[in-house]
Amino acid sequence: MIQSKNSRLGDAVIVFICILLILVCFLPVLNVFARSLSDPMALVCREVYLWPKNLDVTAYTLVLKDAKYTWSLGWTAILTVICTLLSMTMTTLCAYPLIYQQLKGRKLINSFILLTMYFNAGTIPNFILFKDLGLINQPAVLIIPYTLSVFNMIIMRSFLQNIPESLRESAELDGAGPVRILVSIYLPLSTSVIATLSLFYAVGRWNGYSDALMFMNSNKPYYPIQLLLYYIIQSKTSVDAATQEGFTSPGASESIKAATVMIATIPILLVYPWLQRYFISGVTLGAMKG
Amino acid sequence: MTAETQALRLKKRYETRMHFKRYWTLYAMLLLPITYFIIFKYIPMTYIQIAFKKFSITKSPWEMAWAKNNGFEHFIKAFANRDFLYALRNTITLNFLDLLLGFPAPIILAIILNELRFKRFKRFTQTVAYMPHFLSWVIISGLALQLFSTQSGLANIVLKNMGLEAVPFLENSAHWVITYVFLGIWQSVGWNTIIYLAALTGINPELYEAAAVDGASRLRKIWHVTLPGLRSTIVILLILALGRILGSDFDRPYALSNTLVTSVSNVLSVFVYDYGIQGQQFSLATAVGFFQSVICVIFLLGANAIANRFGERGLW
Repeated sequence: MIQSKNSRLGDAVIVFICILLILVCFLPVLNVFARSLSDPMALVCREVYLWPKNLDVTAYTLVLKDAKYTWSLGWTAILTVICTLLSMTMTTLCAYPLIYQQLKGRKLINSFILLTMYFNAGTIPNFILFKDLGLINQPAVLIIPYTLSVFNMIIMRSFLQNIPESLRESAELDGAGPVRILVSIYLPLSTSVIATLSLFYAVGRWNGYSDALMFMNSNKPYYPIQLLLYYIIQSKTSVDAATQEGFTSPGASESIKAATVMIATIPILLVYPWLQRYFISGVTLGAMKG
Repeated sequence: MTAETQALRLKKRYETRMHFKRYWTLYAMLLLPITYFIIFKYIPMTYIQIAFKKFSITKSPWEMAWAKNNGFEHFIKAFANRDFLYALRNTITLNFLDLLLGFPAPIILAIILNELRFKRFKRFTQTVAYMPHFLSWVIISGLALQLFSTQSGLANIVLKNMGLEAVPFLENSAHWVITYVFLGIWQSVGWNTIIYLAALTGINPELYEAAAVDGASRLRKIWHVTLPGLRSTIVILLILALGRILGSDFDRPYALSNTLVTSVSNVLSVFVYDYGIQGQQFSLATAVGFFQSVICVIFLLGANAIANRFGERGLW
């Protein structure tokens, strides 16, 4: 009897902690959301907490009217799609041959690749290389240098390794070559890992800003959204969008900043919950084998 | 040479040829990734020699003249540079605090989630807890400004309404360090529980039943069944975390920093960016980056050796 009372108390404590966690994770985003939809005057008067005060969508219309911002948003979307497709192709090309136990030189190739995970040359040698290759300030510098992540490759490889070898052997007996087996057996069975890794690559590209800052800083038209956001957020004065429209009040720039942050965040918030099942298995797989 | 060994050799050669004939497509597939690794990972490694040389824009790294002091000029310069020493100190301080406070957090959270009996609520909690991981550091710095700025931040508005003094969360050095560590935990704690939760599903439920028969309370079950079940995962993640103690992420400190706190927020990666890419002091910045990579590898190997010594399964 005492036991069950105790455990009910324990349950209550645990639920309480979880509710606290949910609030801590969610309230900051809700606060910015409320600010983005509030009347700038209410922001100046510090009256906005978690719910928009005097609902006002001008901040959003202003930001979405700003050609620089919308172009950057669209460009980053295109960039993300290109990078994800390219990265997935490279990851598959790298992971699939390595599951063939009989491949000669497989161990050597494996350690050749793994070494790059533990030791990297550093920012400046990369910078000099990109300079030699003529990539500096070219949009291509955001696409090519980071196409293949060893960590993601390992996840893919261990997933493919878990597919029963008997399937492959029977296909080989029927005379199918490695490419045919990849296309008609392995890829159709790998949708979950493909979804996971695509999410990882896409989020990485969508959220990345440091490569653009370091290697493409003078090419303003091709700034990815996060770098543009970085400059908007860091600027203490109002954003371009605000000045263009003749908005100079501090409240307006506050709500515009909030709106720019929300617009870049919403796509990810809409996508990730649907892929939860997949990325959990992806992380687990990576942890077990990595 | 006997006919037998010759026949054996011929057979082997034939088998090799058959192997390549059968699997050449696999090698063809690997061609692109391997080229990628050579160009973007291994060639930059040869460029590390810039750290030991007199940099010249017109020459390739192989042709540059050696730097003074047997090539160690730039390393000596770095250690005499105040900004570098600050960056080194800040990197160690911030990473140490991350390790001290950020490492146990997901373990505790995973145990709490594991104790949660309501399946749907558990799933919802997890979904919300994973969310910050998907936000970029630029976005998080935006959120942090809206929450913590002294004038208009939500936290300070609430504090003021309660009649308390405003707290300079982002403007004062000591406060900034705490905010930095807290935001790091906020961003990663939910995501990092995934691995621990996966390890927890591997624990044999009979162990819990046996503990219940013995009359163990919930806390005792956590102590005697759950934690031992997590031990090997904790060890491996701890090794990796120790390997990163001198590593520095760029995105997080650079996005969260502001001009008032650079004395505590400038870490090695930011130093490399400031001196190398901004200041064009390529040799010095390469030297610092190389120093950092080497220390990281040493720490990783060291932590792994210690773990193996204590009978745990390490990385290798």
